[in-house]
Amino acid sequence: MEPKDKARSDREFSELYSSHLRDVYSYAYYRVGNHHDAEDLTEQTFLQAYRHFERAQAESHGRPLRPWLIRIAHNLAANLYRDRARRPQTPIDDTTVLSALHTTEDLVEGRDELARIIAGIKHLPEERREALIMRFALGMDNREIARAMGKTDGATKVLLHRAIKQLEEIVTTS
Amino acid sequence: MNEMAHSDFEAMLHRALAPVDPPERLKTRLESTLQEITDAAVDELESWELSAMRDPRNWVRPVVATAAGATAGTALVILRVRAQQKKRKAASSSPLDLADRTVKAVVGEARKLARRD
Repeated sequence: MEPKDKARSDREFSELYSSHLRDVYSYAYYRVGNHHDAEDLTEQTFLQAYRHFERAQAESHGRPLRPWLIRIAHNLAANLYRDRARRPQTPIDDTTVLSALHTTEDLVEGRDELARIIAGIKHLPEERREALIMRFALGMDNREIARAMGKTDGATKVLLHRAIKQLEEIVTTS
Repeated sequence: MNEMAHSDFEAMLHRALAPVDPPERLKTRLESTLQEITDAAVDELESWELSAMRDPRNWVRPVVATAAGATAGTALVILRVRAQQKKRKAASSSPLDLADRTVKAVVGEARKLARRD
């Protein structure tokens, strides 16, 4: 690669980093449930993204790279879960940690529902929980979520619909 | 559940899954990790013995180390310069002044990296 092209590639990576640091961190946080692991996961995601950035750019054909970033984070999180499963310790998806994220104001505003939703998310199958995180925490549309999860747009729409419906049922009956 | 209740539920979901701001220390950590990659590549080169270059099987490692050092270093300069962009904007009297300050910052960061090397 020419030095000029390399400089442009680094500049574009820097833009990707600045634009999506919060997305990757939010995804990581809701996925692993604590700041410590979320920081590690975010760091590893960007380092891996940096290593494969040029290839990803070449294969993206100009499409946004956020789904690719989230897919990296997803794979790394899956590895983390697998490693933790081999060395049993405190569960990493403890919803008490999720609850700690929300402000006193949220709780004071009578947010029993909010607490029930947060608790309910824990009971969803992993795939449905991930789809909800991407939609509501990251604001990704169906197409982006589909790319991040390796699904078709149609399958993603159904997945999201079922995830919301199941969560509503959990919240209603809890 | 009717449509109104459904949209209320989605609004609640938005609140429950609010985006989370990364801590400032994470940005610092990410930059320093990139710096470590640069340093590791430089160490790799420094520890290289010239005599080993006689063996063509050893030629690949220093080339890889040089490439890794150059790419990580460039990225680090960009990240550091971008991190200070708001401050420069506030201090600049005109777009030309801002451009001048940005160029100086790039040169300054590159020099800092070179000094560390």
